[in-house]
Amino acid sequence: MGALFIRDIRLGLRAGGGVLIGILFFLAVITVVPFGVGPDLKLLARIGAAMLWIGALLATLLGLDRLFQADRDDGSLDLLIMASERHMLALTVLIKCLAHWTVSVLPLVVASPLLGLFMNMEPAAIGATTLTLLVGTPAITLIGAVGAAVAVSLPRGGLLVSVIILPLTVPVLIFGVSASYGAVEDPAPFLAPFLILAAITLFFAVLGPLAAAAALKSSAD
Amino acid sequence: MSNHAGFILAAYGVSFIALAILIGWIFVDQRTQRQALQELELRGVRRRSEAKTDGAS
Amino acid sequence: MSETVSKTARWIDWANPTRFMTFAAAFLPWLGGLTTLVLAVGFWMSMQAPDDYQQGATVKIMFIHVPFAWLSMMCYTIMTLAALGTLVWRHPLADVSAKAAAPIGAVFTALALVTGSLWGKPMWGTWWVWDARLTSVFVLFLMYLGIIALTRAIDDPAKSAKATAILTLVGFINIPIIKFSVDWWNTLHQPASVLRMGGSTIDPSLLWPLLVMAIGFTLLFFTLHMQAMRNEIWRRRVVAMRRVAARSAERRTVQ
Repeated sequence: MGALFIRDIRLGLRAGGGVLIGILFFLAVITVVPFGVGPDLKLLARIGAAMLWIGALLATLLGLDRLFQADRDDGSLDLLIMASERHMLALTVLIKCLAHWTVSVLPLVVASPLLGLFMNMEPAAIGATTLTLLVGTPAITLIGAVGAAVAVSLPRGGLLVSVIILPLTVPVLIFGVSASYGAVEDPAPFLAPFLILAAITLFFAVLGPLAAAAALKSSAD
Repeated sequence: MSNHAGFILAAYGVSFIALAILIGWIFVDQRTQRQALQELELRGVRRRSEAKTDGAS
Repeated sequence: MSETVSKTARWIDWANPTRFMTFAAAFLPWLGGLTTLVLAVGFWMSMQAPDDYQQGATVKIMFIHVPFAWLSMMCYTIMTLAALGTLVWRHPLADVSAKAAAPIGAVFTALALVTGSLWGKPMWGTWWVWDARLTSVFVLFLMYLGIIALTRAIDDPAKSAKATAILTLVGFINIPIIKFSVDWWNTLHQPASVLRMGGSTIDPSLLWPLLVMAIGFTLLFFTLHMQAMRNEIWRRRVVAMRRVAARSAERRTVQ
């Protein structure tokens, strides 16, 4: 399993600069926001956390179709499915998700404080947003694994994955943004939505790989 | 009543139109599939598991 | 002993698409007739119903809005059961049922949203509020569309059945989470303006038309669903027969 994790990370880092594209997309989305709403610094500070979350969500969705696509193209996906007698396939999927998250989503989380500065956010808000992104984005990847597995055999699955997954990510977005706001605005709590966000991530850490493994098995036979 | 009549009519109208389209679509679909089946049967194509009861459908 | 055998045999027969077709052919006209009758009675009753003292005449929208909203949820439940049928019991009709139900459910959900919006404009003064119930129904609508898109995207019925079933199940588990999160999100930001309609607070003069309409629309759903299932089975037969025809034509040219 450790070997698979390292292999996936290596492949992800090597394959066609996918990491860079994800960050660039995130950067582009955030840069477009001030053009859309106007350069009002107060307004930007207020919507900053939400914009960072939406940008991270979109950038995460962008890379999701590559989760299984490359492995399917070179045939190693079939090998992984065949090896499911020795290792539980759901576990394999979970490891792949973690590797994918480390390679293509973690950089987004690292980049978000910088973009938060662009949005004129307070330090506390930046910290809270980064923390919620760190906790919440794995849930998006794990839900996305289901979509990626379901659409793996399709020629142009990427767009479809995003469309299918987007409604399911609504709770993550809601709790992520409300926790980020909770850190700054007084009456709103920070801890409660944050804990719920963590619970959602853990919940999908179980459900996502199981469903994705079932979908992969059915697409193989 | 009078100032809200438009909304009520619109609600009923939209529902009626949407359901009519849905029903219409299902019926057109039914006709297409039936015709295709009949045409294929005329050409003498048979399903592998041809059953007598199929004629009823 | 023979009793149980015949019973299981009957159960398997029911799973047979051909059996379903004969049953549907016999049953559908009656169901359709009953639907028309109940809907007509319900429509007449709702036209006769008195205006609400608070809502005025717009309460008439309730007679279609509530059944649509109820059906949008019932349809998803049916699709979930069908998804279970596909994945667990490999029931041959289950995926036909799920595939046929999705567009109908999407239409009912859209109508629930539209009629609710048309009701909200005169009552709340706005077409749309991001309140808990509206938002979660809207997300449900998006999920219907996603499921339809996925079903249409995969050509092979066997593969699309399983993929759709998995997505439907994941969606069903997610629906309580969405509902809960949206409820929570709403109470945080703005006071809820959800229209309360407990069964006891509603006057019998309004409740009866509502019930009849709900039954009528439920019957309509089942009629359409059964007919759509029939179409789907026909469509698969046509595809299978075309394939047979193409193969035999090929064989003939080779000889």
